[in-house]
Amino acid sequence: MSERTTEHYVAPVDPDEKVEVDRVKLSERKSNLWLDAWRDLRRRPLFYIAMSIVLVVVVAALFPSLFTDVLPNNDCFLENSNAGPAEGHPLGFTRQGCDVYSRIVYGASTSLSVGLLVVAITAAIGIPMGAIAGFYGGWVDSLLSRVGDIFFSIPYFLAAVVVMSVLSAHRNVFVISLAIGGFAWASLARILRAEVLQVKNLEYVMASEAVGRGRFSTLLRHVLPNSLTPVIVYLTIALGAAITAEATLSFLGIGLPNTIMSWGNDIAQAQTSIRVAPMALFWPSLALTITVLAFIVLGELIRDALDPKARARR
Amino acid sequence: MTDTTVQTSASGRPLADPSKPLVQVKDLEVTFKTGTGDVHAVRGVSFDIYPGETVAIVGESGSGKSTTATALIKLLAGNGRISGGKVLVEGKDITGYSERQMASVRGGVIGYVPQDPMSNLNPVWSVGFQVREAIRANGVASGRKDIQAKAIEVLQQAGLADAERRMEQYPHQFSGGMRQRVLIGIGLGADPKLLIADEPTSALDVTVQKVILDHLESLTRELNTALLLITHDLGLAAERASKLIVMHRGRIVESGDSLEILQHPQHPYTKQLIAAAPSLASRRIHSSTGAAVTEGVDAIDMLKLAVKHEDTEAVIEAAPVMVSVKDLRKTYSIRRGGFKSEPLHAVDGISFEIHKGTTLALVGESGSGKSTAARLVLGLEPPTEGEIVVGGQNMAGASAKQLFDLRRRMQVVFQDPYASLDPQRSIGAIIAEPLKVHGVGDRVSRHARVEELLEQVALPTELAHRYPNELSGGQRQRVAIARALALKPEVVVLDEAVSALDVLVQAQILQLLADLQEELGLTYLFITHDLAVVRVVADAVAVMEQGKIVEAGPTDEIFENAQQPYTQRLLDAIPGAGIEFGN
Repeated sequence: MSERTTEHYVAPVDPDEKVEVDRVKLSERKSNLWLDAWRDLRRRPLFYIAMSIVLVVVVAALFPSLFTDVLPNNDCFLENSNAGPAEGHPLGFTRQGCDVYSRIVYGASTSLSVGLLVVAITAAIGIPMGAIAGFYGGWVDSLLSRVGDIFFSIPYFLAAVVVMSVLSAHRNVFVISLAIGGFAWASLARILRAEVLQVKNLEYVMASEAVGRGRFSTLLRHVLPNSLTPVIVYLTIALGAAITAEATLSFLGIGLPNTIMSWGNDIAQAQTSIRVAPMALFWPSLALTITVLAFIVLGELIRDALDPKARARR
Repeated sequence: MTDTTVQTSASGRPLADPSKPLVQVKDLEVTFKTGTGDVHAVRGVSFDIYPGETVAIVGESGSGKSTTATALIKLLAGNGRISGGKVLVEGKDITGYSERQMASVRGGVIGYVPQDPMSNLNPVWSVGFQVREAIRANGVASGRKDIQAKAIEVLQQAGLADAERRMEQYPHQFSGGMRQRVLIGIGLGADPKLLIADEPTSALDVTVQKVILDHLESLTRELNTALLLITHDLGLAAERASKLIVMHRGRIVESGDSLEILQHPQHPYTKQLIAAAPSLASRRIHSSTGAAVTEGVDAIDMLKLAVKHEDTEAVIEAAPVMVSVKDLRKTYSIRRGGFKSEPLHAVDGISFEIHKGTTLALVGESGSGKSTAARLVLGLEPPTEGEIVVGGQNMAGASAKQLFDLRRRMQVVFQDPYASLDPQRSIGAIIAEPLKVHGVGDRVSRHARVEELLEQVALPTELAHRYPNELSGGQRQRVAIARALALKPEVVVLDEAVSALDVLVQAQILQLLADLQEELGLTYLFITHDLAVVRVVADAVAVMEQGKIVEAGPTDEIFENAQQPYTQRLLDAIPGAGIEFGN
């Protein structure tokens, strides 16, 4: 090797290119996790589709009279039983001669209320349980996690069936939501606990304590906000699942009473005449499917948007 | 290879013709496709590697050094491709090779040692399995017995004592250094002609690093394997390689003979790098000619920083004691199965004092207890035994209120700038947090203070409304420093505060810390594993090993006249320690 001399190469120096170490380069736009996620969502057509379905369902739930003039339980005439579409009744009639379209519109509020209530109950129990168990650790964690495990080991749907059967005298939207949400929170608690376990060991949490901030205050201010991503995703998807659960319970006859308008009830009742009037079954099922799908798609989109790595892959 | 005389190396392989390059890289371009357009990571890079030669590519993160290395074996990440130029391996261009053709190049002709020994071995398979797998894949040996024998040979060669028994163990039973030996063993398993080592030791302690590199060097020399070393450490590169390639922003800015570049750098960027490298500064302190290296460049020179500390020795003694630690102990109990537990003395009776306005460096390798000591001093954990007095306040007897007040006087900057700032809070909110927690001022005055602090750490004030994800590591560390200074503390604990930064940025932050110390009369407790940095920033040093302070004293005394063999070993392990600067 010795006879080979190594050439000393020096790149031409560009006099304009002043090497300034670590210069602050700020883009025009502000950027943080939520802003970036929002920008990402705004660019996706599927987001608009899912969002408009959700919006339609919400408006229908709040102001059903905007969509239909027909009241769902009035004007039911048996002569219309299982009849096809007619003037002012675009989707035909149920076996009882009620307007299918109107019942679907009025049923939206039940489905949405159950969905939101279940999510609220799940969050109200699951978030404190998961956050406290993960953050404080030790015996607190053991205790809360075991309680969670007990609930986790009971299939929440089975539990809801039992609860609704026992409480058959008090069936209403709140009770059914409690029956579903009261047993579904354990998986949320688990997800959050795992996330908190990871976040609490990051240096900014230690830095906050080194400054003198109290433990609980640190949990609320730094740990929880940074652990919420999977929670939001889970809750969005859980909303869709809760609507399905209510419909299933109502279909089985242990959900909401007939007096309350509900897609599940309508599907259950239409089932008896499926051979003669399949469309009376089809329409509420379609409404249910599209609504649930919209929430699940929304959850997935939010998850992708909140994950910078998933953003980069696209 | 000539057909008349065939030389053979120790391994019995015919020697390649030393005058013909083994690998020729010509105008290499690598492009990554990202969501925001194409990124040209490597732009027009050319170099040759001759048989048996050691070449080092040096650069900061993002300079394209690792990308260049992975392009040689076409292991670029999925969104990357070679968009121009040629890579000739033994005269054949491999840029058009299929995956199948590449398989014959990888391992057999070019071996690869990845960066992180902790994540590059599969934890569910035994070490032996993984070595055997590599050997089988490279077709070096066939048949169970031969493969087993070869695997043992490879591991022994890599310096793994008791290879036969340890082969059946799993990666978690190996230390970082041992794992790196295994990876080197796998890389050399098929007798490649070139071994690419991508930051092979940056995750390891310095003493382990030295042993591994020494071994790698002797091994490649013995087998006449060429070595391409990728590193961020100029000192290490110059010490180990005969040829140096300095990369910056995807381009080669300077290349040539290592010593030549170190002593007579031509390109301004190279000059900056050399001036900023603490490991080289430690050498240059002893030589006057070395100072000429950075003439005519607008750069932060570590040498000047170090010299500043040299004059202040007499002043130290005169200053009052700010932090005093006596017989500090911290014992954890480690569960050992069943109901048994064993005590672990993380900090085992250490004592030190820091005078006001000075810097004490607490130095040690991983597991030495230095970070635990910092946590104890900060009051983040209660000590098992011992006394900590900060500014006249004994922490042991202090009430909750007194401890809370003490936090105002003592702040901390952590190692990882990417983890120490809450990503969901604005920079302004992060810096103002200590003020808010301690109820200092109102909204308006706090905002004014935040702007003042941003200016103090040389960041634009409009950053207050921005978020950490827009900043680089060095800028984040400035924010962390601003936060630490918010309450006008007297003591700042710097826990590996510059270890994660590139050298130029590191130099800048060290300069900033020195300026702030002078301006505000701060007292620093500097926790680090990097002795080279200590030399340029600390007035006094305490060396920790296994929870005990083995040696302590003024920085110069320790560096020039270390009494303990452990300290001496640490000093010798500083990369670049063997470089002569004076001649």
